[in-house]
Amino acid sequence: MPVKNIRDAINETLKLEMRRDDRVVVIGEDVVGGLGGSSGVEEAAGGTFGITTGLAAEFGRRRVIDTPITESAIIGMAGGAALTGLRPVAELMFIDFIGVCFDQILNQIAKFRYMFGGRADVPVVIRTMIGAGAGTGPQHSQALYNMLMHVPGIKVVLPSNAYDAKGLLATAIRDNDPVVFCEHKCMYLETCEVPEESYTIPFGVAKVTREGTDVTIVALSRMVMLANQVADKLKSEGISVEVIDPRTISPLDTDAILASVRKTGRLVAVDECNPYCSVASEITSLVACEAIGSLKSAPVKVTSPHTPVPAAPNLEQLYAPDAAAIEAAVRRVLG
Amino acid sequence: MSYDPIMLLDAYRRMRAIREFEETMRREVQAGTVPGFVHLYCGEEAIAVGACMHLADTDYIGSTHRGHGHCIAKGCDFEGLLLEIYCKQGGLCNGKGGSMHMADLRKGMLGANAIVGGAPPIAIGAALSAQVLGNKGVALAFIGDGASNQGTVFESMNMASCLKLPMIFMYENNGYAEFSGVKWHMGSADITSRAAGFGMSSVKVDGTDFFAVYDAMSAAVARARNGEGPSSIEAVAMRWYGHFEGDMQKYRKSGEVDELRRTSDPLVKFEARATAEFGIDADELREIDEELREMIEDALAIAKAAPKPTPDALYTDVYASY
Ligand SMILES: Cc1ncc(C[n+]2csc(CCOP(=O)(O)OP(=O)(O)O)c2C)c(N)n1
Ligand SMILES: [Mg+2]
Repeated sequence: MPVKNIRDAINETLKLEMRRDDRVVVIGEDVVGGLGGSSGVEEAAGGTFGITTGLAAEFGRRRVIDTPITESAIIGMAGGAALTGLRPVAELMFIDFIGVCFDQILNQIAKFRYMFGGRADVPVVIRTMIGAGAGTGPQHSQALYNMLMHVPGIKVVLPSNAYDAKGLLATAIRDNDPVVFCEHKCMYLETCEVPEESYTIPFGVAKVTREGTDVTIVALSRMVMLANQVADKLKSEGISVEVIDPRTISPLDTDAILASVRKTGRLVAVDECNPYCSVASEITSLVACEAIGSLKSAPVKVTSPHTPVPAAPNLEQLYAPDAAAIEAAVRRVLG
Repeated sequence: MSYDPIMLLDAYRRMRAIREFEETMRREVQAGTVPGFVHLYCGEEAIAVGACMHLADTDYIGSTHRGHGHCIAKGCDFEGLLLEIYCKQGGLCNGKGGSMHMADLRKGMLGANAIVGGAPPIAIGAALSAQVLGNKGVALAFIGDGASNQGTVFESMNMASCLKLPMIFMYENNGYAEFSGVKWHMGSADITSRAAGFGMSSVKVDGTDFFAVYDAMSAAVARARNGEGPSSIEAVAMRWYGHFEGDMQKYRKSGEVDELRRTSDPLVKFEARATAEFGIDADELREIDEELREMIEDALAIAKAAPKPTPDALYTDVYASY
């Protein structure tokens, strides 16, 4: 099977879905890139990070819509188009820019179906980039997906590898609800085996990335990679760690999390968000409410601190949870 | 119009400082010593300086991701800036902000800003303070051509106009927003006509001509200080380098920048006029060049050698009290 990185898997999925359905359009800043430039090169960039490379050449500018810098209008336009016959994939370059367009997400797109008495489909995907670790400073490095999990009407996807990215993005585009698809900026070049053909992965179905019996780690996005490393390392010490990757946090596969904790009796929840009202908080609360009788020790949350992301690289390194923090948490729940 | 030679020498010093600083940054980014992303201001020096020559430390500016030039024009010191760009202890923001978030409130510098369109609402807040406090202060926001498309900018213009705030919208039309040409991303012919629609004085000037920017600012600042409300200035000056250092710039035709350097270098244009018409001595300018080169290299060496923030700094400064 071919090996691909996350960036290429996303690019390929956009192409496959656009070939499959003419109503799929891509909207965002510099998604063509270079329009109005003096060189006249049609596609000088293909997205700020090259994710939309080749789309304009294949599908034309009618369906690959390069926009001014105007996030409220981009996201609102995508929502309005979704109500009226298109299936837009809008790009919010960095999730931090959600501040500029949150009304369109929170009060408009998320609520259409409900407010309209179920008489509306809202097939819009917002692709966005999350995460610390790339030296991009306080306004370009946040996780923030926890805020979206809080909002009824929005589905939230957090792929942790190229295989899942491809299948989950296809599902997102074919889904009739608004989906925010969160890509970690430090993971685009992570590779794994990815089939050539199109496939979907259902939302709300967690993946067990490591099987184990002593401790359950529930991890999200880039944290899955770290949790797997910790599981592999501790295996040699005879500690059996199970790693669960929910893949989507809204909907959340609560059954898979509870089943694992009922088996292991111990929980570590790892999440790059700030600690309060984080996804880790939600998962520990789920387990406390539904499976407290199975717990052999208090669950541990591993999150970023309650601070913005600092610019200084040496401080940023201390910001998001690392493998050492996850390992320490595992040892703590083991007592 | 005549110009005070002392003012002209000061203006030259600030423009040259920006050029020298940014060329040094470029060298250092290429050498891999600079953390994070750096957006250079070369080619646009006359805008920041033409504007800030009219502003005191008690007047405020809001800036952009391309903020080094604004900081220098507003009087921030090289060492504080470089320590911040290198994210070191003692930097203007103690290393927590970096190049895209540098602020120096003592100098009336409200921050570079990594959110495009983030600064204008903040800057009108500074204008409101000046109006309410009655201290004759003014505020100015530097706004890119790309940023001019944000709703926050339109809202700020309308608010400033309604409230007659002592505010200047200084548009830096440098031809591009990231990789997109202004011809593509802007629906109107220019920014000037849009700003005029909000009911304020609105002019367009050559942003590579210090004198043009300076004169437009004279009028705008006078209006602001006299309680006559906001003004807009669109200064046109192409950026010389990529959107950020490392940008491949496939959207630009080759030779475009060489042409700009040859025909519209703001420093060359300034020197030609200042020496020919206002009695400025070129030798004196060369002395300034030399002095700045040394100052910047010294500050750079200090910044590189300075200690990083200590780990506990991660947790401080989130609140005043908690
Ligand atoms: C809200 C927001 N949207 C998009 C970006 C990404 N971005 C950073 S700079 C930039 C281009 C800005 O262009 P312009 O305002 O013309 O300023 P210039 O870079 O030319 O100085 C873009 C799109 C951002 N930082 N913030
Ligand atoms: Mg620009």
